[in-house]
Amino acid sequence: MFATQVYGDNGKMKEYHYTGPVEHRFSPYSFNGGTVLAVAGEDFAIVASDTRLSEGYSIHSRDSPKCYKLTDTTVIGCSGFHGDCLTLTKIIDARLKMYKHSNNKCMTSGAIAAMLSTILYGRRFFPYYVYNIIGGLDEEGKGAVYSFDPVGSYQRDTYKAGGSASAMLQPLLDNQIGFKNMEGVQHLPLSQEKAVQLVKDVFISAAERDVYTGDALRICIITKEGIKEETVPLRKD
Amino acid sequence: MALASVLQSESVDFSNYGRQRRGFASGLYETELGLESVGGDSLSFALRTSCSNGDGPDRKIEFLHGTTTLAFKFQHGVIVAVDSRATAGSYIASQTVKKVIEINPYLLGTMAGGAADCSFWERLLARQCRVYELRNKERISVAAASKLLANMVYQYKGMGLSMGTMVCGWDKTGPGLYYVDSEGNRVCGDLFAVGSGSMYAYGIVDSGLKQKDLTVEEACDLGRRAIYQATYRDAYSGGQVNLYHVHSEGWTRVSQSDVLMLHQQYQSEKA
Repeated sequence: MFATQVYGDNGKMKEYHYTGPVEHRFSPYSFNGGTVLAVAGEDFAIVASDTRLSEGYSIHSRDSPKCYKLTDTTVIGCSGFHGDCLTLTKIIDARLKMYKHSNNKCMTSGAIAAMLSTILYGRRFFPYYVYNIIGGLDEEGKGAVYSFDPVGSYQRDTYKAGGSASAMLQPLLDNQIGFKNMEGVQHLPLSQEKAVQLVKDVFISAAERDVYTGDALRICIITKEGIKEETVPLRKD
Repeated sequence: MALASVLQSESVDFSNYGRQRRGFASGLYETELGLESVGGDSLSFALRTSCSNGDGPDRKIEFLHGTTTLAFKFQHGVIVAVDSRATAGSYIASQTVKKVIEINPYLLGTMAGGAADCSFWERLLARQCRVYELRNKERISVAAASKLLANMVYQYKGMGLSMGTMVCGWDKTGPGLYYVDSEGNRVCGDLFAVGSGSMYAYGIVDSGLKQKDLTVEEACDLGRRAIYQATYRDAYSGGQVNLYHVHSEGWTRVSQSDVLMLHQQYQSEKA
């Protein structure tokens, strides 16, 4: 589906009043919405995303999750332009297979993150319009979250929100997990149950206020036992 | 080109992309250690698309880099101090970015401009420095390292890379400090501050360096204070102050201080 200049630059529709003749240019990008979130705990990691796929004022699908399983210990969440998300995950899967065949072992989360950074930078002058967050366990079994920008700059975090509602979710996570802007509060480590409940609450808030987030929430919980998936319904309006 | 050979992709002709970029309206917000912060079409590499003032590609509009990094030479080496904020437009993407890249145990590089550009090219520089060491059986000089970096990015001049970095180290000739950017500048100097908060930082460092012969402790305090003042007045700088000291044995990470804590500390000192 083409996206022309009618759909403003961040995916939101432009005003419907006549401003004069407008040149419609083909844009290779489109904004499909969606929010992704990842939290790292002591011995677990959670990657969650909503499942709404939209474009402009329409919803293409209510069941299009944005978490993709890469290995037994790593899950990636991709939001932005769905076409680039699909291609990027295909490329990552292919590179994982190649690594497995040449090195006879699976890629670790840190290695996947470094590899993704160079894949993204390879398209520095025609970027993948994708906001990625990788969640998984590192070599010591501790939770790890790596967040990226569209051209490959990345860093390891404890928690990160990406996608259309990221600006709404990140401050809440800063306060609840990072204990920011609170004084005299005990810094308790995050338990898995509390983290899952927090993720659900945070997405419910996002669905209230962001049009591109809603329908359902897919949570992937990564522990040394494996990856468990949970689906929770959200507002469908 | 360097980029194509690293990624082992078929060498792509990049020269056309510059022309085509104008047509792509996109809401891409790349994390910047702060390139221009306009809303709307803010592709961080939209340097050319914005200069539609009819002068053609020759005239460049100077964009502010929303960050503050500084480095200065003194009697006992080089002090490197940076903030840690990364912005995507007006959204603060992270307050904990590492803007000092440890190229090797005796060379440091700072980051300002496009985060991905800086980290990618400095990582490539680390690889080149290591190859030099293996081939020549001696450490690379700061002048040579900065020259390698400048030459690597010069091939991409005009294509929209955004990188303003300081290469700091200690080699045979003593402390070394070079400023290298994606426009092709490479200058040697005793003091540099890069970023939107640089003017505020210059004020503090210039007045502090007036008295000769600083001790290591005094120089560190000066660097920390300069970054703190810049974060105080510049909206695009903030987070933490990361301080490094480069001496004859290499570099040492001196401290990481949250700006909020520094504020309380300086306020109580004033009282």
